[in-house]
Amino acid sequence: MSTHNYHLAARIMHWSMALLILSMLFAGLAMVQSLEPWHLTFLQLHKSFGVVALLAVIARVVVRLRFTPPPLPSSVPVLQQKIAKFSHMLLYLAMFAMPLSGYLMQSAAGRPVVVFDLFALPQILPQNLALYGFLREFHGWVAWAFIALILVHIGAALHHGLIKRDGVLQQMLGSKPKD
Amino acid sequence: MKRPDQFPLAVRYGLIAVIVGGLALLFLAVASGFGQRVVTAQEFVNFQEGGNPHQGFRRAHAKGFCIAGEFIASNHVGAYTTAAVFNQRSTPFTGRISTGGGNPTAPDLASSVRSLALSFNPGTRDAWHTAMNTPPVMPVRTPEDFYAFAQVFAPDPETGQQNPERIGAFLAAHPETQAVREWQASYTPTGSFATETYNSINAFYLVDNERNKRAIRWSAKPSARAVAGSVIELTDDPNALRNEFMARLEHGPIVFDMIFTFANDSDDETDPTVLWGDDREQRLAGIIMVHRATPEADGNCDAINFDPLILPRGMAPTDDKILRARSAAYAESYRRRARENLMNARGEGSQ
Repeated sequence: MSTHNYHLAARIMHWSMALLILSMLFAGLAMVQSLEPWHLTFLQLHKSFGVVALLAVIARVVVRLRFTPPPLPSSVPVLQQKIAKFSHMLLYLAMFAMPLSGYLMQSAAGRPVVVFDLFALPQILPQNLALYGFLREFHGWVAWAFIALILVHIGAALHHGLIKRDGVLQQMLGSKPKD
Repeated sequence: MKRPDQFPLAVRYGLIAVIVGGLALLFLAVASGFGQRVVTAQEFVNFQEGGNPHQGFRRAHAKGFCIAGEFIASNHVGAYTTAAVFNQRSTPFTGRISTGGGNPTAPDLASSVRSLALSFNPGTRDAWHTAMNTPPVMPVRTPEDFYAFAQVFAPDPETGQQNPERIGAFLAAHPETQAVREWQASYTPTGSFATETYNSINAFYLVDNERNKRAIRWSAKPSARAVAGSVIELTDDPNALRNEFMARLEHGPIVFDMIFTFANDSDDETDPTVLWGDDREQRLAGIIMVHRATPEADGNCDAINFDPLILPRGMAPTDDKILRARSAAYAESYRRRARENLMNARGEGSQ
């Protein structure tokens, strides 16, 4: 059976990860400033859900490879199609880079990443201040690059949905009727 | 009702601008402190470092040296906590002894605060960091009051002097500062880092294997066998106390007793301004044996952030607002000096 929507599995992954990623970005930006008692709780949840996000993006790559995404309409110029593909690749890169750099920076600081109070990830780097310095800044840079990519992504999706009305947004909403 | 994609073109463009622009603004607002009710970690560390930070160094307790040794558990507290440190015979640690203040070259004897920080089992679920200071209590109960306290006691930038009127007004408005003031009045610095008592200040919970919690504070007290005074003459060398500590180590390990003080029923474990007297139940948790000391530049403690909220299984934080604030402030200081270290900008004072 062919459909012009993204596969249900892909849509579930997309929207649940969208929620997770936005929460993580906001939580991260807020908690590094906060001296309030909830800081520790946020930090623990941020680490735990970071591991969830890493597992989720691995699963998502599998889904992506298993179910070919619907093609963009032929009304979209070839160059724009290439840019779209490239931006999606960058989004995937960011989805990997965020949790990995978070894990590595904690490791370089000798701080445990305890997942939902169940187990700790192994310590995989030596404790090293300069290494932590790099990974901590990298985690921040990738966060802002990710935010920029997400804004472009949302803008482009809305442009398809509201201006061009070419059905691309509906493919991920799951509401595009079969041609 | 019309669907959004049926709206007039200008409205549709406007909708996109509002959604994307609104989200962008929200990110920028949160990143710049919108919604933070009290002083932020960044503002706090900005104040600590002043206008001219010592690049690459801790913003608080900048001057110190590394120590290494082992903790030997007593088996008197294992029933109250599942923490590995208190249930196995011996656990190695890396630590740091330091003096208060942000100047990494300040003379040891000029500082009014001395500290002992320890790190156990880094990177594991049993990781435990403790940062202990000579004062047994905090002056105030909240990070915003602490920020105000630190500002009031800072020298006036114009005169270079403290302002007694502002200090007096603050103390009058904050009677909770009484315990620390009484302690200060009675405290005389000793002639050695080895003969000070270092306190957890904040309270923590011990958690046993049935998840029962007991609130405690701890302190590292010099061993009864520690030689009083100084083992070498304290000169005007800025590292006088470090030299004395190293001279002591030549005669054998330096030992502290780790004493747990259990809260009474009437004690509020979230209030770090009240002293818990000696009538509380006390237990010897074990002994801290320092075997080695090395200058910071040659040691391996510089990479450690002694965040007291890194707690092992079997220990938990209280809701003490000062304790809860320490993590983010330590992290900001750690981030800044790590970045400077990465840029190789460690400035004067490295030794």
